[in-house]
Amino acid sequence: MSEAPAISCRNVWKLFGQSPAAYLAGLEKGRDFDDIRRDGYIAGVRDVSVDVAKGELLVVMGLSGSGKSTLVRCMSRLIDVTGGEVQIEGRDITRINEAELIDLRRRKMGMVFQSFGLLPNRTVLDNVAFPLEMRGQDRHTRRDRAMEVIKLVGLEGREDYYPRELSGGQQQRVGIARSLAIEPDIWFLDEPFSALDPLIRREMQDEFLRLREMLGKTIVFITHDFDEALRLADRIAIMKDGAIEQCDTPDKIVLHPATPYVTKFTEVVEKSRVVHARALARPLNGTVFEGATVAAGSSVLQLARQLVNETREQLPVADKSGKVIGLMSRQEALDILLGAAP
Amino acid sequence: MSVAIAPRRTVFGLTLGFPLALVLLAVLVALLKPLLPETLIRVPLNAVMPYDRWLQGLFDFITHDLGFGTLTRYISAGLEVLLDATGNLLFGKNRWPHIGPLPWTSVAAAMAVLGYALGGKKLAALAGLTFVWVALVGQWDLAMQTMSVIAVAAPLAIMAGLGLGILSWKSRSFEKALAPILAILQTLPFFTYLLPAVIFFKVGPTAGCVATALYALPPMVLMTTLGLKKVSPEVIEAGQMSGSTRWQMLRHVYLPSARTEILVGVNQAIMLSLAMVVLTAFIGMPGLGAKLLSLMNSLKLGRSFEIGVTIVLIAITLDRLSKAWVVKQPQHFERGTPWWRRNIYLLLALGVFALFWAIALVYPLAGVIPRGKDLSIGTQIDGVFDIVLNNPVLVAVTGWLRWFLITWVLIPFRDGLLWLPTTAVLCAIAAVGYAVGGRRSALLAAGFFAIVAATGWWDRAMITLYAVLSAVVIAACVGLPLGILAAQRKRWAEPILIACDTAQTFPSFIYLIPAIMFFGVNDVAVVFAIFIFATVPLMRYTIEGIRAVPEELIEAADMSGATRSQKLWKVQLPIALPTMAVGFNQAIMFAFFMVIIAAFIGTQDLGQELQKTLAGAELGKNFVLGICVALMALAFDHVLMKWSANRRKILGVG
Repeated sequence: MSEAPAISCRNVWKLFGQSPAAYLAGLEKGRDFDDIRRDGYIAGVRDVSVDVAKGELLVVMGLSGSGKSTLVRCMSRLIDVTGGEVQIEGRDITRINEAELIDLRRRKMGMVFQSFGLLPNRTVLDNVAFPLEMRGQDRHTRRDRAMEVIKLVGLEGREDYYPRELSGGQQQRVGIARSLAIEPDIWFLDEPFSALDPLIRREMQDEFLRLREMLGKTIVFITHDFDEALRLADRIAIMKDGAIEQCDTPDKIVLHPATPYVTKFTEVVEKSRVVHARALARPLNGTVFEGATVAAGSSVLQLARQLVNETREQLPVADKSGKVIGLMSRQEALDILLGAAP
Repeated sequence: MSVAIAPRRTVFGLTLGFPLALVLLAVLVALLKPLLPETLIRVPLNAVMPYDRWLQGLFDFITHDLGFGTLTRYISAGLEVLLDATGNLLFGKNRWPHIGPLPWTSVAAAMAVLGYALGGKKLAALAGLTFVWVALVGQWDLAMQTMSVIAVAAPLAIMAGLGLGILSWKSRSFEKALAPILAILQTLPFFTYLLPAVIFFKVGPTAGCVATALYALPPMVLMTTLGLKKVSPEVIEAGQMSGSTRWQMLRHVYLPSARTEILVGVNQAIMLSLAMVVLTAFIGMPGLGAKLLSLMNSLKLGRSFEIGVTIVLIAITLDRLSKAWVVKQPQHFERGTPWWRRNIYLLLALGVFALFWAIALVYPLAGVIPRGKDLSIGTQIDGVFDIVLNNPVLVAVTGWLRWFLITWVLIPFRDGLLWLPTTAVLCAIAAVGYAVGGRRSALLAAGFFAIVAATGWWDRAMITLYAVLSAVVIAACVGLPLGILAAQRKRWAEPILIACDTAQTFPSFIYLIPAIMFFGVNDVAVVFAIFIFATVPLMRYTIEGIRAVPEELIEAADMSGATRSQKLWKVQLPIALPTMAVGFNQAIMFAFFMVIIAAFIGTQDLGQELQKTLAGAELGKNFVLGICVALMALAFDHVLMKWSANRRKILGVG
């Protein structure tokens, strides 16, 4: 990558227990989660190194207790790491003081929470304007800005309501609006849609994708829902027992799960929906291709009819600009669509 | 989380075995009393140290040498200014700001608007009519004297409580240091608040105000800390991610989010203020309490009753208003609502206030109801009471009850307790403590009583204990069945719960009125007063405990073909027991408080001794006695609450 990553975690550890720092200092390599637990410590985050590029959407996926929420709290320094460092745009935030941290949050970061975390005594408008108020903006500016974001999330007309007068989905829109009020560069979302019912969740995911497209922020998105992860992510980091099992694009994870644990998730996924032509394209290496190209961004399922009717063994794959980026094996694609031949 | 339960033999969460041995030892000691050396029966007199004089010395040192007296003089001066101001506004004391008494019609009307703003028509009627009643029966000045102290003491307690609550939430060690102090403050008999207040602060309203504020302080501290601890972690994180500084976090995130608990604390502080301010009559503070005290002294029961009604009405009004504030949620206004519409209640209150003030200028009767023009029917009620209470049937019933209780229950029980060797009692207490909470509880409970023994006030303490226990046992015999019965039917449970809630807000002093009315001035009246006071929490928690049993469990029992009584004994009661234990505990705490007030009737216990210290300003002795009462109460509190908590853990509830 040419540019410095927006967020960079280097060997981040978070241990819970009596004196975690001392314990970590004396910790031998290779002790796993259960070993550590036997020593009386709980490993929230275990030696995690991961980069998030500018404008990238990283989804951290894991079941409850896997450490995903702890990891994102290390990135935003809502909790202090036990070891390692977290860089935000090249600056190690584990060592900055309180004033610097507050300043960082006031300018750079926004966060959305699972149960919304709205202040019950404030109206929608005052909740959204809260971060602006904290950094001391005057009433008028913050009101104007808050109205802008409220419009952005489609809550216009509700700005004088109190949170308890809104539905769950609307409350989370307030949460989203609040996190965007300061125009953060980095956007954390901690299971933002998990508390919502399935239909609303779907609607909010679409809404989220729309905002993402529009705002182009660096995003860390936490979820326990693998389908949600596949649907939204540029890259997925799958966590278990505080460590990252695999971190890759959805296509690659589905095609080549790194561990048995990851396989458990990918097994039940309809791969043809997830895998795109791009992931199957092999470099040309001078091979000559012929005929019409297929779009890199289309999923195997979308290509199904063509794959069945096609006579060519190798199909050229072209990106948005029309440039051919490689060749896709028809057989391989058909295997994904129909399952490997017995 | 898995709870490891040791495979010990337990019955309802009580460990048997060693405690059984202790009980046997206690019985043995009691049986062998004639053979025991005197030392084991009572702490010998020469082993009793002059704790009271030591304490007195300590207080003198603090007052004179450490300059605490000067400090309190300054505080007194400050308080006096405030009290003079509220006094001037409410009943026209001739002091700054020289506005004179607010017209009673203005106050009543403004209160009605406040009631309407907080809770609608009913509350408006309650608040308005209460003040109209107070004025019409000619108790306006008395009531306002009382209110003028509350108006200073309650905000003081609330502000101090908020501050201490925040501190003890911020610092774990501060909380730990404060906890025992608060526990003692909550169990200290009221005389031990009054005497120091009189000695350190000027006699009169200032002392009453200090005692009242101190007494009202603990729940405010505890509720503030509780509320702050309960703020949802996501709200906190949202605040932090918004870049709040620590002050901003406290001001904009924590305090607003803890609103409910803090306001519950405010409600309790107000109610405790009222309960205490009535009792400041014992140090000669004028007001409703003083009037009630003197009327009861001269056995003018009808007029006592009238004043009792006033106190109860004020209690209900203050309670309902502050509780309505707790549940009041902000409501948004439509876009473009003009400012006067947003502040309609404030404007309305100001409007009616001014209106009635103007009326009072024209018709003085709307401002002050002079003596003789009131509609008091106290003398008439006196007459009615005379007739009713002298009704031969009633006299026969209460007379027989009095004879029966005194001869067959109270005196034997009291003599029994007094006869028991101290060591036997301590053994028995240790046994209970051990059964409930192991060695620590045994040491704590028995230790507290051992301290009482060491002060040399054992016999008096046993008389206090006897009154408390007999009243609570009778209360349990009445309150538990009633509570169980009421809990079975929703139609009954609701009104009874409301009645209990209401009765709990009455200042304890009130409960003496019916006791004296029916039983005259003797031990039965004391026990009766405690009994009614203690029955209330017992019933309330019984109903709440049974009602809180999950619906599925009842349905499961029904589907298993349980009869009503099976359902009660096998399902409802076992699950409700921890809650009922809390009620039992509260009943005992109430009883310890009440028994001291009953000193007024003429008991022979610690309360009586405490009352005597008032006259002689014996601060050291007052404290020794007060601590004795507090320690006994704390021993019960510890054991019962521990048992309740253990039980909850095992049942996996709460």
